[in-house]
Amino acid sequence: MLDSQDQVRFEALVLPHLDAAYNLARWLLRQGADAEDAAQEAMLRSYRFFPGFHGGDVRAWLLQIVRNTCYTWMEKNRHGQDMTEFDEELHESPSPTPEALAIASDNRERLTQALESLPPRFREVIVLRELEGCSYKEIATITSIPIGTVMSTLSRARRQLQLALTNPGRKEANHEL
Amino acid sequence: MSCERADTVLHGYFDNELDALSAADFERHLAECPECTRALEGLKALRSSMNAAQLYASTPASLRKKVLGDIHSASPISRVRSRTSVQKRWSWLALAAALILMAYAGWRVSSVYRGANHEEVLAAEVVDAHLRSLQPGHLTDVVSTDQHTVKPWFDGKVDFAPPVHDFAEKGFPLEGGRLDVVHGRTVAALVYARRKHLVSVFIWPTTEADSFPRAGSLQGYQWISWRKGGMEFSAASDVAASDLEQLQRLLTQ
Repeated sequence: MLDSQDQVRFEALVLPHLDAAYNLARWLLRQGADAEDAAQEAMLRSYRFFPGFHGGDVRAWLLQIVRNTCYTWMEKNRHGQDMTEFDEELHESPSPTPEALAIASDNRERLTQALESLPPRFREVIVLRELEGCSYKEIATITSIPIGTVMSTLSRARRQLQLALTNPGRKEANHEL
Repeated sequence: MSCERADTVLHGYFDNELDALSAADFERHLAECPECTRALEGLKALRSSMNAAQLYASTPASLRKKVLGDIHSASPISRVRSRTSVQKRWSWLALAAALILMAYAGWRVSSVYRGANHEEVLAAEVVDAHLRSLQPGHLTDVVSTDQHTVKPWFDGKVDFAPPVHDFAEKGFPLEGGRLDVVHGRTVAALVYARRKHLVSVFIWPTTEADSFPRAGSLQGYQWISWRKGGMEFSAASDVAASDLEQLQRLLTQ
């Protein structure tokens, strides 16, 4: 057992980020039930690692563990399907007009579907930036992307999200991971 | 035609991540670039509709309850024990792992890399992966002491060619290889024996420059990490730190 002081510290520092942990797991795994299990596992792992946490950004530290737990989960549950690399051809397509976007994205379900259609590497940066409000530095820590490429990864992720919203018929991204 | 900045700096500007000078510079550009102006509108529209859609998933009450239960009752040890299964061959290893975890539980990890959370998490993962591999049937996917059998086995399973060498003559016979997951990516894992102990060496490609080995111990296990020739190596074992360093030198030769 961690000593009781550690337990109190854990509850004060880490537990408040349970929502962030679940939210990231839910968007990475796309399944509420899986996300609940993965988030629970990640919390338990963070509890075990907690004595090694020496301060700093506790949310980023926790989300790093959540993310790794989720990727391990995905690897285990979807054998033989590799992560799709970014489709450059898609990247070349012109971006949709703001008007088209406003109309297309005026719908929670459609947004959810579009976001879920992105490869996990794109989905996570969107979730961390737009839902979790993480800085580029935090995103770099959580996802292990070099800080210098966070901006371009976000750019590509947003582009693909916009395209998924305005072309819901396109399924290119669905065979990822 | 597309403006290059619409795919780069624009996002930093939109996310308030530019320093004041770059932001002012970009604003001047924005004033005369219809492409970037349009793209910025698109980003704003996307963000406001995402906000309106309230996509943030709310935590189920059941999860909160389970997590609290975990913290208050289940010690980390019980999980490791429950994983221990029937095959006798590994059961002593699992028991040793449980004992070590028990010892670890009351003990604060003192790493030389205080504050280097990334490194600690990586080390913890590598040690975790090594422990996981000691479960029955998880040690090796390809059992062979022949490097010419192990190396081709990785072809098509990982998108890089890990260096595979047998060091039997130097006291580290190759036992086999497997796939593992470290830091959310599939990595090649080589298993070496050292007397009665086992060493897992995890290998994956990196774009970062070569680095000197960094080592430490965690949960009673030794770990060592380094980068060489576009590959990142991370090894974990219950052998002595000096043994691990010796293997590290063999692997970098």
